[in-house]
Amino acid sequence: MSTTFDETAVLAPPKPSRSPWRWARENLFFSAWGTLATLSLALLLAWALPPLVKWALLDAVWSGATRDACLTPEGTVGGGACWVFVKVRFGQLMYGFYPLEQRWRVDAAALTLALGLATVLPLRAATQRAAALAGVVIGGLGAGWLGGPALGAVVALFLAGPLLLARDLSALRRLPAVARVLLVVGLSVLAAGVGGVAFGTPKAFGWVTLVLAAGLFGWRFDSLRAAGLNLLGLVFPVLAQALLSGGAYGLPYVPTEQWGGLFLTLTIALTGMAASLPLGILLALGRRSALPVLRLTCIGFIEFIRGVPMITVLFLASVMLPLFLPEGVGVDKLLRALIGVALFSAAYMAEVVRGGLQALEPGQREAAESLGLGRVQTMGLVILPQALRVVIPGIVNTFIGLLKDTSLVAVIGLLDLIGIIKTATSDPNWLGFAAEGYTFVGLVFWVLCFSMARYSLRLERILRNGVA
Amino acid sequence: MTNDRSVPEGPPRGPAWTAARIRGLAIQGAILAALVGLLAWGVGNAIHNLNKAGIAAGFHFLGNRAGFDINFRLIDYSPAATYGRAFVVGVLNTLTVSALGIVAATALGFALGIGRLSRNWLVSRTAATVIETVRNLPLLLQLLFWYTAVLAPLPRPRNAISLGGLAFLSNRGLTVPGPVSDGPVWMVWAALGLGLAAAAAIGIWSRRRRIQTGQRFPAGWVGLALIVLPPLAVLGSGTVPLSWDIPVLKGFNFDGGLTLVPELIALWLALTLYSGAFIGETVRAGILSVPKGQVEAAQAMGLTPGAVLRLVVVPQAMRVIIPPMTTQHLTLLKNSSLAVVIGFPDLVAVFSGTTLNQTGQAIETIGMTMAVYLVVSLAISFGMNLYNSKMAIVRR
Repeated sequence: MSTTFDETAVLAPPKPSRSPWRWARENLFFSAWGTLATLSLALLLAWALPPLVKWALLDAVWSGATRDACLTPEGTVGGGACWVFVKVRFGQLMYGFYPLEQRWRVDAAALTLALGLATVLPLRAATQRAAALAGVVIGGLGAGWLGGPALGAVVALFLAGPLLLARDLSALRRLPAVARVLLVVGLSVLAAGVGGVAFGTPKAFGWVTLVLAAGLFGWRFDSLRAAGLNLLGLVFPVLAQALLSGGAYGLPYVPTEQWGGLFLTLTIALTGMAASLPLGILLALGRRSALPVLRLTCIGFIEFIRGVPMITVLFLASVMLPLFLPEGVGVDKLLRALIGVALFSAAYMAEVVRGGLQALEPGQREAAESLGLGRVQTMGLVILPQALRVVIPGIVNTFIGLLKDTSLVAVIGLLDLIGIIKTATSDPNWLGFAAEGYTFVGLVFWVLCFSMARYSLRLERILRNGVA
Repeated sequence: MTNDRSVPEGPPRGPAWTAARIRGLAIQGAILAALVGLLAWGVGNAIHNLNKAGIAAGFHFLGNRAGFDINFRLIDYSPAATYGRAFVVGVLNTLTVSALGIVAATALGFALGIGRLSRNWLVSRTAATVIETVRNLPLLLQLLFWYTAVLAPLPRPRNAISLGGLAFLSNRGLTVPGPVSDGPVWMVWAALGLGLAAAAAIGIWSRRRRIQTGQRFPAGWVGLALIVLPPLAVLGSGTVPLSWDIPVLKGFNFDGGLTLVPELIALWLALTLYSGAFIGETVRAGILSVPKGQVEAAQAMGLTPGAVLRLVVVPQAMRVIIPPMTTQHLTLLKNSSLAVVIGFPDLVAVFSGTTLNQTGQAIETIGMTMAVYLVVSLAISFGMNLYNSKMAIVRR
């Protein structure tokens, strides 16, 4: 410590210090109250955390296949977590009561969805291309393994056509649009033809659906993303329904009562997301319409749904809906829950979208109209793309809320993740392991929700920087 | 109707009402017809289905004997009471647990939100961890966790965890000493009510005087004294003799005192944590929304750190915080309906659950349940809009 006045020492900027002691003094012990808070909180954590770690990891039982593995020699429940319980129930937690030998169908649908999403979501172009290629190869091989080489060829051709013709990655991009559409439709018809010859007429209906879908699907393929979007929106629902329910193409029928676990949770969440976004957009547009009847209907619907708990909407769908349908028209329990979830989240989505519409300057609409664009074009090409981009964080937040809210279907008796673990923990053979079960299910939900939130942040950054 | 001046070439224009108006009217007519048609079809089906099931539509069932018991109630109720009475018990239970949750969640939310912004690394990381953990887990899961995994494995009353020999925590809930008195208890409540009224009057008067003359008056402390002291004075005067009923173990359960059933504790805990995490984020956003320059300007004017917070930061932050916080409070009210899962007798459990199952009056019970939530939600939204228009920055 010098006592003389040294000008250079005063003028020099403070050196960033990396010493841990300095860091601790600035961030933990900067004042008397700060020190007190740090010490008391540290004491609390030191009291609470070690037993938790001991329970969850150190004293936990990981191996074994029965309840006995988790008991002390005296026959009481031990002090550590019994992860054997989760291990034994793992299959049910993932697939519910979907028949064991049919579970690959769920995996196949999930894989298709993952590859499809990879071509649509804003990821690196190379990742998207890799996913598309993987889709073609895996789809072809998978179908070939299932139904023989003919089916494999059909599926591969069907998938390859539009994906490889997508303007942003194909060498054929210079062909006129008509030629490309014809090429894709041709490939699809060829695929359907091979399929028809190979599998005979009873399956023709399915193939007609596929050809029609392909026609729509090849309708717009400016980019891989457009092709992927068409594939996900038009082909995937048909494919997933056929694959998961079965009852055709030699796949045994699996009633929705046997669906469950994470699979059911994701099914409800994804269907809800897919339905609530377009419904929400329509409701938001309706709410801002100049037509009073339309506007009041939309406002009434949105405010009603937002004013009541989701449980009552589910009760409405599960108990009251059958009353309002003609006698004898039974609606599947899962479908009723899906309707309830979709209506509920659509109302919340509508308010999010409305925020985006309100944030847009009126000049955008006026400019579009003065350029001679019609109503639909103004909305689809100018207003909505900008409005939706503004509210992406809100949309993802609604999706996260939707994923968490799907857990409520357990209340009306569906066996989603929560429903399964609720039954599993009340199994008389496995009483006393509720903490383990809920911890595991919580971990699954947490990873899903947290990664969605993180992806939303990334998406915001990508869109703000204007790099897709 | 043509005039002599030559019109430049362009699309022919008809009278203003043809194109847009008629299309608008046609669309609205179609919507109306579709709605009415759908409604008529649905109601027709419902009437047919109800007749078939032998259920008489209407609210006559409200006067019938309910025949089921409710284990948590604020007003007298027995299985001999009517469904209408059960409905009131359910509404009161929902409002009770919501009010408890709202108070606790708001306190926790402010603690978490301010904590996450703290300079103290340990405090801010702990608050952030709690918020991010709780926010990303379904409320239903948390509720079941507290109820099934934490409260249910607690020891039986015989081996209850004793908290200083006065309160006991067991798998039957938390039993605490309760006040008992044979005197005129209403006098205590009356004193409290008078104190509240006086405190409110003092607050209004001091504010008006401050605006007019600039003189300050410690309205907060005086108000607090006015609320707390009168009931204490009544109790201290001996007109209302008060004794504490301390719970004692009798047989398999505790006798005396007040018992908070585990369902209520689990619901309260889960609602508080879940909404508290969301309110914490609201509070954080509100505080961050106050521009840094405001704090610096206040400091430059020589205000003490406490005054900077109280007079500059908090009033501006509250303007941003309160509307989303009210939304969170409404969400908590609606989320309290999850009580049905663990068997706490809230409105949904009592009415859309047991009553619906016993009477089969699906439309009436679900309709009444929804109406209660709607009325409360719309009333609070209305109040919120009033508050917003009052608090909005006056643009001059």
